[in-house]
Amino acid sequence: MHVDKGEMVFVTGHSGAGKSTLLRLIALIERPTSGQVIVDSQNTRKITRRRIPAYRRQIGMVFQDHKLLYDRPVFDNVALPLVIAGIGHREAARKVRAALDQVSLLHKEKQFPETLSSGEQQRIGIARAIVSRPKLLIADEPTGNLDPDLSLEVMRIFRRFNEVGVTLLIASHDIALIDQLGCRRIALADGSLQVDEEEDVVAEYRERLEAEQADDGWHL
Amino acid sequence: MASVKASDALAPPRRTGRVSGWVAVHASTALAALGRLSRQPFASLMTVLVIAVTLALPAAMHVVIKNARALSASWDNALDFSVYLKKEVTLEQAQRLAAIVGQRADVEVVTLIPADQALREFREQSGFGDALDYLTENPLPHTLVVRPGSANTEVSMGLLNEELGNLPEADFVQVDTEWVQRFHAILSILERAIAMGAGLLGIAIIVIVGNTIRLDIQNRREEIEVTKLIGASNAFVRRPFLYTGLWYGLGGGLLALALISYGMFALAEPVGRLSGLYESAFDVLDLDLRESLVIIGAGIALGLVGSWIAATRHMRRIEPR
Repeated sequence: MHVDKGEMVFVTGHSGAGKSTLLRLIALIERPTSGQVIVDSQNTRKITRRRIPAYRRQIGMVFQDHKLLYDRPVFDNVALPLVIAGIGHREAARKVRAALDQVSLLHKEKQFPETLSSGEQQRIGIARAIVSRPKLLIADEPTGNLDPDLSLEVMRIFRRFNEVGVTLLIASHDIALIDQLGCRRIALADGSLQVDEEEDVVAEYRERLEAEQADDGWHL
Repeated sequence: MASVKASDALAPPRRTGRVSGWVAVHASTALAALGRLSRQPFASLMTVLVIAVTLALPAAMHVVIKNARALSASWDNALDFSVYLKKEVTLEQAQRLAAIVGQRADVEVVTLIPADQALREFREQSGFGDALDYLTENPLPHTLVVRPGSANTEVSMGLLNEELGNLPEADFVQVDTEWVQRFHAILSILERAIAMGAGLLGIAIIVIVGNTIRLDIQNRREEIEVTKLIGASNAFVRRPFLYTGLWYGLGGGLLALALISYGMFALAEPVGRLSGLYESAFDVLDLDLRESLVIIGAGIALGLVGSWIAATRHMRRIEPR
């Protein structure tokens, strides 16, 4: 299976099908027992323990349970990847504000995550994932805890990143939602690849979507 | 809401001012660690207090030894030489000799104890009074008690001892230095014992700090996992804990100095009274700057070592799941 640069791909399948495992292999949380994962022409098998942190910094990750740090405000949460990368305070502040603005939560930068709704917390998680401008963004059930409206909002945010060139790999079992977006879909079952929709199908979805957008002035 | 372009948010990261950035990162990590400690003032203070007492114990012993040494150094120069003159030396010769020796620059005063006086004193003090009556003649020689000047060094004292022994009239010279030497030997043993005790207490501090940091790491396990997931290295995750250890050590060192200073203050008055009784101008020696810095440095070093061991050991085990 291969995902091109700039693609937005959904990984689907029932729970236990291996969606999360696939993403965990990419994030090097787990190591493959067989086969190999190649990310941005790096074979992840050759990445030593010491080099895992540097590798992970190239990837943005979004989690179902947000994985925010609840002892510090939104701003500090989003700034964390930049702090880890050793980016100066002034530049970091600018990037954090830009990322927060992307998820429309700039006005909540001083609040603590606990005071935010689940949807808002997820958007903070997304802001944190994109703040250091990763080439690849992986999301494990990013809408798992959200109601349909919020889910669509989150997906639209992802869509916007995809349009500026970010490659996205999103694990989700929410078929209805994925149908609305019309992206390439990879279906897993029992840990193996079942369906990988071809590019033309995606293109067809895209066209239809763009037509819809033009109709109701929906702007991403 | 401010309008920011997507391309702005997604501009490639640029490192600004590497060194100043490094300083800023460390300063903010250090401050954050201090802030975290200040949010649990009681628990933090307890740890600092334990470290302080553990540091203050050997340091206080050191101060006691140091003062004992200073005190005994003043005794060294107050030693008297007893020059026993040969039997055939007459009282007049002895008096002349006393006058000559008394003019030496390294001698403060010379007292002549004539043989008759020595026998009289011996008779009174020894209790052999009656037995001594059977002696046909006085077995005791004339004796010069030579008190060296206070400016003498160990070398010049040795020289004086030798020259007094070489006098043609002198039989032999006795210096009662043995008890001072014993005292010095005891001080040396004590010093070594304190050094060993300090080593053990240092290990105790490492264990105390290590254990405190270990609990801290356990409490922040989730945070560590998330940070690692985002791409933090072990060094990055370890850093705040090292600063916590540093603050514990620094706090402990400073508090130890305060404890010792208070102790010195409390002892100053009774010591002053005692030295007044002995009519000696003995000043109590406090910790000097170098010793104070050593205590603070030891606190910091032990705190860092303890936290480093704990953080390194436990950090590796915490991996994102």
